[in-house]
Amino acid sequence: MELQTLTFIVVGFTFVIYIGIAVWSRAKSTGDFYVAGKGVHPVANGMATAADWMSAASFISMAGLIAFLGYDGSVYLMGWTGGYVLLALLLAPYLRKYGKFTVPSFIGDRYYSSAARIVAVICLIFISFTYVAGQMRGVGIVFSRFLEVDILTGLIIGMGIVFFYAVLGGMKGITYTQVAQYCVLIFAYTVPAIFISIQLTGHVLPQTGLGGQVTGESVYLLDKLNTVIQDLGFGEYTDGSKSMIDMFAITLALMVGTAGLPHVIVRFFTVPKVSDARKSAGWALLFIALLYTTAPAVGAMARLNLINTIQPGAVATAPNLAYDERPDWFRTWEDTGLLSFEDKNGDGRIQYYNDTNPEFTPIAESRGWNGNELDVDRDIMVLANPEIANLPDWVIALVAAGGVAAALSTAAGLLLVISAAVSHDLVKSVIAPNISDKAELMVGRLAAAVAILIAGYLGYNPPGFVAQVVAFAFGLAAASLFPAIIMGIFSKRINREGAIAGMLTGLIFTFGYIIYFKGVFIQPLAENTPENWLFGISPEGIGVVGMLINFGVAFIVSRLTSAPPEHIQELIEDIRVPRGAGHAHSH
Amino acid sequence: MSEQTQRNQYWQANLKIMAVCLSVWFIASFGLGILFAGPLNGIQLFGFPLGFWFAQQGSIYTFLILIFYYAWRMNRLDREFDVHEE
Repeated sequence: MELQTLTFIVVGFTFVIYIGIAVWSRAKSTGDFYVAGKGVHPVANGMATAADWMSAASFISMAGLIAFLGYDGSVYLMGWTGGYVLLALLLAPYLRKYGKFTVPSFIGDRYYSSAARIVAVICLIFISFTYVAGQMRGVGIVFSRFLEVDILTGLIIGMGIVFFYAVLGGMKGITYTQVAQYCVLIFAYTVPAIFISIQLTGHVLPQTGLGGQVTGESVYLLDKLNTVIQDLGFGEYTDGSKSMIDMFAITLALMVGTAGLPHVIVRFFTVPKVSDARKSAGWALLFIALLYTTAPAVGAMARLNLINTIQPGAVATAPNLAYDERPDWFRTWEDTGLLSFEDKNGDGRIQYYNDTNPEFTPIAESRGWNGNELDVDRDIMVLANPEIANLPDWVIALVAAGGVAAALSTAAGLLLVISAAVSHDLVKSVIAPNISDKAELMVGRLAAAVAILIAGYLGYNPPGFVAQVVAFAFGLAAASLFPAIIMGIFSKRINREGAIAGMLTGLIFTFGYIIYFKGVFIQPLAENTPENWLFGISPEGIGVVGMLINFGVAFIVSRLTSAPPEHIQELIEDIRVPRGAGHAHSH
Repeated sequence: MSEQTQRNQYWQANLKIMAVCLSVWFIASFGLGILFAGPLNGIQLFGFPLGFWFAQQGSIYTFLILIFYYAWRMNRLDREFDVHEE
């Protein structure tokens, strides 16, 4: 059977499963729609959280990012997993005990203020739309690459599927669909990784293969990779080039940002008990770690495979690969534009090296090399893996289904928090408090539908800055929502004025800093280089400073104004103990 | 013991466990994976420089153990102070 037909069948089959689940688990009340009736088993919730969390970026781009960054890529690995420790210890159990449906409703109640609630809704909508635009783009790209339909068609198919199960099933439909999507994506990710690990090192587990010896040679994989890339003028793979303070700030901003992302937090509202919320964070991280500990192995092995293909023998002594003799996968990916070759020195062979390293230039010239001739898109490291390893066609089809699952599951989770924020926190709480449950459910569905259309539009016409604003989502979550929630639980003294002032200063500072260097909507005001950065912290890591400012401002303003009223103090006392979780909404 | 003081003691005990867990969280990632990664890379664990291993593998395993430990420890604490769920 032809690869494309096979891919259609595999992807189509997964869609049938998702739709089937949506019909079976459709939402009947707002409780079902927002938090799946609070009846999700902690293990199932862990899987759903993992699928919700791992986006097209985690699935397609992360391993490639690590392959080219080496040690510096660790910020993503630690940052996007360490946040779950903060969630499990500092947020999830208390928010579950509080027992309402959304993050803004916690902030609104705890700070006894509609203004605080609205500020939280604005943060949430901004963070979630930034994120969802990237996901819809990811859906379109996966479709167009694997199924050879154009991006618009891919996008419409993706929107249709998400529309069906998010609007019909709400949180309940999304949760069980995400469980299925997790299974698809983790299988699609690990199968090629295991094969490649066996081929290169003889280890079945990629996690140990990364520290193993290369088959047939008595040299460790990482040592060999270090030697080979240094011979080509790159920095050592296991050593970094980022400054320590920046590594520190980016890692912390990603961790705190993860713990402050509304679509992740809301998942912990769906389990039956407080103790389940703690446990469920552990299950979520376990399922995430399966992919996140495999990714560094995929990255290192794919980089070595790529270089071995181009440099069949020792660097500089054996001739490089001749362009005419390039393997089939090379041709396939050239067609997509992810791989491109330009014969700069006209010798008909491929030279791949670091031509931005001035110390290496004389060496390269002495070898007759006239600039790097191969451009490699980092996404190829995962997408082309099965072909580089000569795996059967069904594995390639599976990778396509995995990429689609990763993008759809995250998009659906984001759309749901947007719709809940609109129907519950704006309409039900502020605009029309007397609305019936049934009408609120209708508004929620309508909001989800509108959000899908906007997300689809943003995916098709990505504002030029989509790639640049990923830093926004994490930075803003770290600087606005996370501190407000933490202080709401751990301090009885922080009051309405403090929280609002803190959120606004954190938000404006972080927003301003990123715009200053990245120039969204306007031209950047300063060059984005370490010399210009505040304390040497890049825009990716600035959320940490925003968070500290938020904490500081909230503390000072609260000291200068009166303490929160008695019933708020009681609310805080109450969320700190697990007993009575089922009855928490009576407050 | 009044319910109020009991709740306060429960909260203090919780904060202590939390502080220990967060210290481990910090040491495994920011400490061993970033601050001391340079010197640790001089030590070889199978084919891994140790600092690199902590940054790309070890910290994640530590996070996992921490969360399950905290969940288990808190379940015990909930019962000790009789604030557990039915």
